[in-house]
Amino acid sequence: MSDSLNYAYYPGCSGTGTSIEYDMSTRAICAKLGITLNEVPDWSCCGSTPAHTVDHTLSSALSARNLALVEKMNLDTAVTPCPSCLTNLKTATHRMSKDEFRDDVNKLLDTPYNGGVDTKSVLQILVEDMGLDALKAKAVKPLKGLKVAAYYGCIMNRPPEVMNFDDPEHPMAMDNILTALGATVLPFPLKVECCGASFGIPRKDIVMSLSGKLLDAAEDIGAEALVTACPLCQMNLDLRQDQINSANGAKHNIPVFYYTQLIGLALGIDEKELGIDKLCVSPRTVINGIGAEDAS
Amino acid sequence: MEIVNITKSYDSSFVKQVEKESGQNMSLCYQCGNCTAGCPYTFVYDQPVNQIMRLVQAGQKETVLKSKSLWLCATCESCTTRCPNNIDVAHIMDVLRHMARREGYAPVPTVKSFWDSFLSSVEKNGRVFEIGLLVSYIAKTGRFWTDVDLGPKVLPKGKMHFKPPQIQGKEEVQKIFNRFKEESQK
Ligand code: SF4
Ligand code: SF4
Repeated sequence: MSDSLNYAYYPGCSGTGTSIEYDMSTRAICAKLGITLNEVPDWSCCGSTPAHTVDHTLSSALSARNLALVEKMNLDTAVTPCPSCLTNLKTATHRMSKDEFRDDVNKLLDTPYNGGVDTKSVLQILVEDMGLDALKAKAVKPLKGLKVAAYYGCIMNRPPEVMNFDDPEHPMAMDNILTALGATVLPFPLKVECCGASFGIPRKDIVMSLSGKLLDAAEDIGAEALVTACPLCQMNLDLRQDQINSANGAKHNIPVFYYTQLIGLALGIDEKELGIDKLCVSPRTVINGIGAEDAS
Repeated sequence: MEIVNITKSYDSSFVKQVEKESGQNMSLCYQCGNCTAGCPYTFVYDQPVNQIMRLVQAGQKETVLKSKSLWLCATCESCTTRCPNNIDVAHIMDVLRHMARREGYAPVPTVKSFWDSFLSSVEKNGRVFEIGLLVSYIAKTGRFWTDVDLGPKVLPKGKMHFKPPQIQGKEEVQKIFNRFKEESQK
């Protein structure tokens, strides 16, 4: 089975910068799990939110350039860790199933894209292609005693017709993975609420309010850490946690992991390789607490 | 709340245009308010999203296109996911933004400048160059980066590059933008 786990890999721009630890941990766990990720050669930006707010043909063309590159690699599935890239790639594919729209997009491209590449999140292939049992079988350091809230963000699973994975209101993929690896995943009522997205720079007040609510809720349910699958969510909650605290008069000190980092810890991968030191709110105490019950 | 006199200002071509560009049937909306109930941005909107839907049905072009809500919608897809009539509300918001942009409305200038800076960074480099993006945003808005406190958190972690990314297909990406500009002038 493991030889079929072979994908084109699209890291996305944030994966080379602000979410470098997401990219590092994704690559590290896939290598350990026998999943081959072939980076799309010379990939370019998918345009993210700004492109689709300007024009859908432009936005799809920026995605389609990358999908055409995947087609050239003779691979049928592209995976990406980033939900924003995922949405763009998937939406482009979805819209390009209409001939007229596809022709308009292809007019903007050097190499036309004809369709045929499937796009999935790394989370989806772990759950659907690898499977929880296989994942669990490889864990050497169970996440015992770790109490977390799994936060999916708004667009990983929505709209369901386009994203085609998990539940749009109550996604469970991360909950199930972390539970299988021994963590206690608390029911988190805001798992698909928006964190303020890319308004951190132009309208910080929005992020302070929306991400603030998420941190409050995580603390209310007794989570020691938040676990995310999205670079923007992670950045808003982790990097901006001090700003949020001062704006709202709060005192949160909640580490915000990428789910891939926690999988990595369970697989016994070195912290350095998982970019644990790149998190802003120190996860030290929380990590040291893993398995502590056993020792006592 | 602003009172709109719909008999005087009904613009049927506006309704048709929104339907054509979004592929959605505006008359399906029966104002249940589900979209607004789930919209995390209502607290900063000048018109809640169900009211935008109603104003489009009523052909209120100017009121809609000058609305701040269009620029503050994060495309979180909550409205689309929860509309009982399967209307792709987030898509309509996107299309309205496109129209507002074409007609020169930008009631939340910082958001427009941020998006524009992001895209020019992609156009220039093929990928986003974060520091370049910030510099261009500051130049456009005159707002010194209000995130200076984040510098010491980010820089030592090697999460930001000081040089733009280099990709071979840079020109190919530039051509996408050029062709898009040519096509939209036709
Ligand atoms: S949820 Fe749908 S039907 Fe209800 S008000 Fe919103 S757009 Fe209209
Ligand atoms: S997509 Fe926009 S309008 Fe719809 S719920 Fe999200 S923020 Fe509100």
